[in-house]
Amino acid sequence: MSRRVDLVGVGIHPFGRFETSVTEMGAHAVRAALDEAGDPSFQAAFCGTAYAGVAAGHKVLGALGRTGMPIVDVEAGCASGGAALMLAAGAIRAGQYECVLVFGIEKMPKGIIRSSFFEPWREEAGLAATPAYFALRAQRLMRESGARKEHLAEVVVKNRRHGVHNPNAMFRCEVTAEEVLASRLVSEPLHLWMLCSPNEGAAAVVLRAGSSGQETGGAVTLAAAALRSHLPGSVLNEGTPLSGRTDDDDIPSPTTLAATAAYEEAGVGPDDLDVVECQDTDAARELLSYEELELCPRGDSAKWIAEGMTTMTGRLPVNPSGGLLSKGEPLGASALGQVVELVTQLRGDAGPRQVPDAHLALGHTVGRGANASVVILKR
Amino acid sequence: MPPVREGLFTDDHLVGGRCGACDRYHFPRTGTCPYCSSSDTADAALSPTGTLWGWTAVTASPPGYRGEVPFGFGVVQLPEGVRVITRLTEADPARLTFGMPVRLRAVPLHTDEEGRIVTTYAFETVVS
Repeated sequence: MSRRVDLVGVGIHPFGRFETSVTEMGAHAVRAALDEAGDPSFQAAFCGTAYAGVAAGHKVLGALGRTGMPIVDVEAGCASGGAALMLAAGAIRAGQYECVLVFGIEKMPKGIIRSSFFEPWREEAGLAATPAYFALRAQRLMRESGARKEHLAEVVVKNRRHGVHNPNAMFRCEVTAEEVLASRLVSEPLHLWMLCSPNEGAAAVVLRAGSSGQETGGAVTLAAAALRSHLPGSVLNEGTPLSGRTDDDDIPSPTTLAATAAYEEAGVGPDDLDVVECQDTDAARELLSYEELELCPRGDSAKWIAEGMTTMTGRLPVNPSGGLLSKGEPLGASALGQVVELVTQLRGDAGPRQVPDAHLALGHTVGRGANASVVILKR
Repeated sequence: MPPVREGLFTDDHLVGGRCGACDRYHFPRTGTCPYCSSSDTADAALSPTGTLWGWTAVTASPPGYRGEVPFGFGVVQLPEGVRVITRLTEADPARLTFGMPVRLRAVPLHTDEEGRIVTTYAFETVVS
């Protein structure tokens, strides 16, 4: 086994809407993570971002007077932070660096995310309507897993209830299922409150090499960081193609590909997990994530949410942070925001949103590209 | 009436491709098969009729869009084993059902700066 990778410091700038620049938000999160780690020197930095522009990571570290080492911006859509973490961990395991800074930053425009991913004709023709793709995926889930709109509303109710206790979340008040179903219909079956808000924020993690035989000293360690893209064929995969095949049932999703790799790397299975932060871009996406991460058998996600399996007191709490539905989604920062939450949970420092006896945690993001990342942490 | 993009569709069919190596169909037409990477692909006129597999409606104008809202949006399954993302002429999801027969239609999208009507492809339900 190669070298152990410890997470020795984490920091976050709250997710929301701010006057602050993306550089200042990044500097805030990085400073907090470095402070926690005892202000170590680091030999490389990876910065996840999709919208912050050229050399955005350099601007953050320049503002802190900490440059000279390689600084690499990493873009992998919603999984940008997970991709940055995977690259940093791989470099440490390979012996290239002893200590690496990983951070994610974003300041998104309001409304439906505009993406240079789509050719102009496709936007012009109305075939780049992102929430409508989510809606088609939700409809398929409803057809195949027996989920109803009430189950989608229940995901929002759960995550918003969890988010009340997260000072870094954008929305911190509870909602009822009736209110969710009464919010504006965006694309049947998805109502406005079932969709997360693109927003702003930053998160940072300091990784340090440890040797496998050595005591961790109570540090949280990285058990796996996997990133995968899509396989062709599924018309609804996050690669958002214009066509697919009718025989797509056996094509694993990007999330399943990443999860399978991460479980193997960590030597654990979904039944071993104590807490999960998963992609809930929309309410149906969270239920799909249960199935694609194999937290529950395929087709059982509606039953899981109905039986409260993923609430704070359920068998496997999912999104104790409130998820993206409470926090909002700053693309480059969202995966590392999950990591910050999970490290806090594993340390037992999560206060009123603490999952009891959490030793093994999983973070998951998936989005355009397709890009899916799965991170497993343990303590 | 110019199409929103050349080479996507005619009045009668979508312009897809068929791979000589793996025998699968794809859309839009590409030089390389998206499933097996073979460059042995040829034009294929895809069937203008199919069945509805997924549907919703877009109620707010997405970025860069130049037509009217609401509009129908969905997935149509064609006999060649292809599922296509497409506009639907029916914008009320309640009027659509799984497996409904549908047919291709070129529809006006918007009027361009030179006053020409730009068209795109869509599917409409077939009254039986």
